[in-house]
Amino acid sequence: MDDAIRAIELTKYYGSVKAVDHVNFEVRKGEIFGFLGPNGAGKTTTIKMLATLLKPTEGTAIVSGYDIVREAKKVRQSIGVVPQEYTADEDLTGWENIILIADMYGIKREISRERAKELLNMVGLSNAMNRKVSTYSGGMRRRLEIAIGLINRPSILFLDEPTLGLDAQTRVAIWSYLMDLKKMYNMTISVTTHYLEEADFYCNRIAIIDKGKIVKIGSPRELKESIKGDIITLELMDTLKALSILKRIDGVIEIKEENNLLRIKVSNGSEIAPKILEALNSVGIYVTRISITQPTLDEAYMEYTGKSLREEQASSEEMFAMMRTLRRARS
Amino acid sequence: MKEEVNLSPLHGLWALISRELKKWYKTPVLLIISLIQPVVWLALFGKSMNLASLFTGTSFNINGLNIPKQVLDQIASEVLKATFGTSDYFSFLAAGMLSFIVLFNAMGSGMSIVWDRRLGFLNKLLTTPIPRGSIVLAKIISSVLRSLVLASIVMLVATLMGMQYVQGINVLDFLGVYLALFLMAFGLSSLFVMLALRSSSWESQMAIMNLLNLPLLFASNSFYPTSSMPSWLRPVSDINPLSYTNEAIRQLLLGIQGNLTIDFTYLSLFAFILALIGIILSWRALQQNN
Repeated sequence: MDDAIRAIELTKYYGSVKAVDHVNFEVRKGEIFGFLGPNGAGKTTTIKMLATLLKPTEGTAIVSGYDIVREAKKVRQSIGVVPQEYTADEDLTGWENIILIADMYGIKREISRERAKELLNMVGLSNAMNRKVSTYSGGMRRRLEIAIGLINRPSILFLDEPTLGLDAQTRVAIWSYLMDLKKMYNMTISVTTHYLEEADFYCNRIAIIDKGKIVKIGSPRELKESIKGDIITLELMDTLKALSILKRIDGVIEIKEENNLLRIKVSNGSEIAPKILEALNSVGIYVTRISITQPTLDEAYMEYTGKSLREEQASSEEMFAMMRTLRRARS
Repeated sequence: MKEEVNLSPLHGLWALISRELKKWYKTPVLLIISLIQPVVWLALFGKSMNLASLFTGTSFNINGLNIPKQVLDQIASEVLKATFGTSDYFSFLAAGMLSFIVLFNAMGSGMSIVWDRRLGFLNKLLTTPIPRGSIVLAKIISSVLRSLVLASIVMLVATLMGMQYVQGINVLDFLGVYLALFLMAFGLSSLFVMLALRSSSWESQMAIMNLLNLPLLFASNSFYPTSSMPSWLRPVSDINPLSYTNEAIRQLLLGIQGNLTIDFTYLSLFAFILALIGIILSWRALQQNN
């Protein structure tokens, strides 16, 4: 019972589509656990099941000691959820929204007032709390959602794409708020994100999900190390000629060309780099720059899902922008 | 942890109701817009269709007969009384407008739950330990409260425009009117909230509303008595809750003879059964929310 979350054969079918397919994993207490995966891989469905918004077709999960199927109400009391979409009522003020949700948890007013003040202060919304939510910026709304998600002092916080659609600066700010709050309340955080840098930088462990299955679990470092080999990047003039030579060298796995850069995936960087230079020099191609790097999380991600997360990012930002337009159209 | 939290079965219900009401009175424009239609009906229809003036306003002669004006007036008033139960069509219609506003407001309560789902607020509520029944009940109760306030305003406007009450009217009569309106509002709101929770989009909710509103209104005794309806329409009017509400209101306010026992029995059953079905089905819809 030391795990904050334990999924046991967790499964969700939509008709014949297996959105989540017999998934097993544990999230340890106090860690930040990330879900990475392409759109439609089952991340949001997994989080929704853990947050008792969806009933699993098969299997179950134990969330902070309670069964999500049989003890849904107790699970709800002990978790906080920040959904992907903005959920606050735009016609009410930030303060009214947070107190309203506190009432949903049955928190007594004198306590919820104290907490709401503290939380709004933590996320820097004290000055805006008496304004209607419709006047908030995207970053403010996200911070409000986070504050609302924490009103019941959850031991586990679920965040679904907490930084989607925000600019880089705001994203950093949101994460720094999250880290502060996590430290203060000693929470476990379970997060889905499209931003690899965020997953890499903030998550203790990551699960890569694809087609409803967990294909890999581990710390960002483990994931990167699980990809065998290194990346050698060369800068040179005659890339075409170089390509034909490089292909013949032993240990070269894959070559990608970007402008006049060659990114070469090799089994062992430090051994193969001299061989490459030698081979190129012998035919009169001079390398102006060379670097050897370990694989990034993006490469690990591609290895396991066959897709680049960069493209995914763009398409979900587009989707999010559409939702926001819809919202504006309404008001 | 224990003493900080109060999880009674009804916790949060009032918070949700007051959210609905707050959203409503904070935007008085919407309140006024929702009142325009019944008031326009009253002003245009009620005043122009002043049936008594068909007789008194015009003077006509039938060859060879010289009918004195008093006799004509007398005939007019008797004919009106025989069909409408009163010679004052405006008051007759005004009573019908009370159930009209309740019907339209109840339909709107369905829309608000569609928006709550669409904008994520409903999803957020579902992550909290609030009982699922409370979410539905809050929608219904707030819609009922709104209905009663709107009906009071319509009644006030109608009074200012010249609605005539029966002589010797007392507080109990007004309480009876509110009881009838309350029962109908409760039943109708349950129905529309239930429909809204089952329909996935606001387009389909709008379609349902447009499909039901005018037929429900015209297949009732809101504008004209059931007796003047063709025989195929009468059964529809006989199961239409609006007819019973109107009949009760007209007897209580205008003294038009009806049967209050039947009216209130029917309305109570209507409210009880629809609320029961509505709450159970909505509750189930929220349970398996996907």
